[in-house]
Amino acid sequence: MTQQVYYVTRSSHAARVAAILGAVVLIVLIAAPWWAGRADLRLMGELFLYLALASLWNLMAGYAGLVSVGQQAYVGFGGYMLFALTMFAGLPPGLAIGLAGVLGAFIAVPTALLIFRLRGAYFAIGTWVVAEVFRLSFAQVSSLGGGSGSSLPVGIVKSLASSRSAREYLSYWLALGVAVLVVAAVYLFLRSRKGLALTAIRDNELAAASLGIDIWRTKFLVYIATAALTSVVGALIFLQKLRISPDAAFSVNDWTAFVIFIVVIGGIGTIEGPIIGTLIFFALRETLADLGTIYLLVLGLVAIVVMLKAPKGVWGLIRTRFDLQLFPLGYRVLQNDEQKGA
Amino acid sequence: MEWLNALVQGTLLGGLYALFAAGLSLIFGVMRLVNIAHGDLIVLAAYLGLSVTTTLGLHPLLALLMVMPAMAAIGYAVQRGVLNQTLGDDLLPPLLVTFGLSVIIQNGLLEVYTADPQKLNAGALETASVAVGGLSLGLLPLLTFGIAVAVIWGLQWTFYHTALGRAFRAVSDNQDIAQLMGLIRHHIFGLAMALALAVTALAGILLGVRTSFDPSIGGGRLIFGFEAVIIGGLGNLWGTLAGGVILGVAQTLGAKIDPGWQVLSGHIAFLLILAVRPNGLFPRISA
Repeated sequence: MTQQVYYVTRSSHAARVAAILGAVVLIVLIAAPWWAGRADLRLMGELFLYLALASLWNLMAGYAGLVSVGQQAYVGFGGYMLFALTMFAGLPPGLAIGLAGVLGAFIAVPTALLIFRLRGAYFAIGTWVVAEVFRLSFAQVSSLGGGSGSSLPVGIVKSLASSRSAREYLSYWLALGVAVLVVAAVYLFLRSRKGLALTAIRDNELAAASLGIDIWRTKFLVYIATAALTSVVGALIFLQKLRISPDAAFSVNDWTAFVIFIVVIGGIGTIEGPIIGTLIFFALRETLADLGTIYLLVLGLVAIVVMLKAPKGVWGLIRTRFDLQLFPLGYRVLQNDEQKGA
Repeated sequence: MEWLNALVQGTLLGGLYALFAAGLSLIFGVMRLVNIAHGDLIVLAAYLGLSVTTTLGLHPLLALLMVMPAMAAIGYAVQRGVLNQTLGDDLLPPLLVTFGLSVIIQNGLLEVYTADPQKLNAGALETASVAVGGLSLGLLPLLTFGIAVAVIWGLQWTFYHTALGRAFRAVSDNQDIAQLMGLIRHHIFGLAMALALAVTALAGILLGVRTSFDPSIGGGRLIFGFEAVIIGGLGNLWGTLAGGVILGVAQTLGAKIDPGWQVLSGHIAFLLILAVRPNGLFPRISA
């Protein structure tokens, strides 16, 4: 009589291969300053920052059901905090970036208490109002250049590193670092107890509530954590740009529209989606950017078609076709085909 | 007197915001759809008005005779062609698809009309005014407010006194049962969007006569309309008018204190009301 042996596992062959490949790619990317040109380095730095923004937005919209079109509020807030803390408080940029995240979390608490009163789509527009309030408020601060903005003083820029190339390497590594940090944080969070609760909420809010999950609290925590990390990313974005103005800092196109397209095209509600989406977005941008507004038209069109025809995005198509999961989250029961023990 | 003047001008400005909001309110009431592209559709209407007035030499208000049916047709087509496919329990598809539409409209307008600010020329109407008890009231703001009241009244009447309105209310209450009763849901939704965009056409033309516009201002108009809807309370059309007035007054009073505060004080008024009365001042349905 043969006994069927089953076991429960999270890992899979594909995930292990992906982990090894990921580690190799990461090492290659860390070494990029030694093999990539200045322009490529800049482009990749931007790509990593977008990847971080997309992963964060995906955590909110794809898992917590908080569809925000106002994340530019925190991108701009983080950027302005970097400028204000370095220029007025004399903090070193590294510390200012971290503190921008803390302050982002602080300002997100009253914001969340207000806009969580709005449901669904109205929540989305409510977040936009908040971003507008931030933009108009920072435009009133004349010491930060008011409506026309200001540049990071040379002394502060130089304090980062003395030579120009060293500064560029540093800002590249910071961008890479924050992208890895965000993706890893999202992954570990979703594997945790709270992450399981969040996935349950995503799948069925009513059922999740009946199992004793505090939905409001879980969403609130996700919103605050996302705000903090988005502020950090914002600070890094404007450390790369060295210049800030209200319109650039709180741009709905740059920091929300593109991010939404990345997530939707890549695959919303998956960790892999934003990564693939970012790669596709930058590939499209580098090939079509000369077309100007046509490029944005195409992007909008692609996003609509994906949403209607393949709502789970490119990664969703791949996953259903090959049953792949590179970041193993769910458990699966497998049958043991080898004879183990007796 | 200056403050009274600001109050009255703000009230009249509120009429325009109520027109921005009426379309949003109507669509939400019938199919629970929040259209992120609403502001860009207002701007699209203004540009259609521009094309009609410059090519045919018509007065902007006469151009409405062509722009309103055009916008209604666009609304019906977009609803049947795209938006109906997104409706369901999931919130994401309609949001993201209308967001995509917003980007497409905005960049389409940029491509066709460039980023130069434009304005509709309404001749003497723009500067005409009447003196009422020491205040000088612009004819155009008065007309706008009158149109807003008429539109809200008309929508209210349509909702409660016509077969179409009955159909709107039926699909709003329960789509499946309405379908069983012989209403074609997708067609009704198309008609609702057509009606909403006809109102949007009015809003767009009046906006274009009042101020200059460019393709990028849609988002701002969406936010004003949205604030008016939430302040007034979801699903209440007269409430939406009140919400528009409150927003308009908050803005003109803010501008009186400091011109840089105009838009900001409107947003702050909205957030304050949201903090005190989360369902708006006169709620009819819960979201």
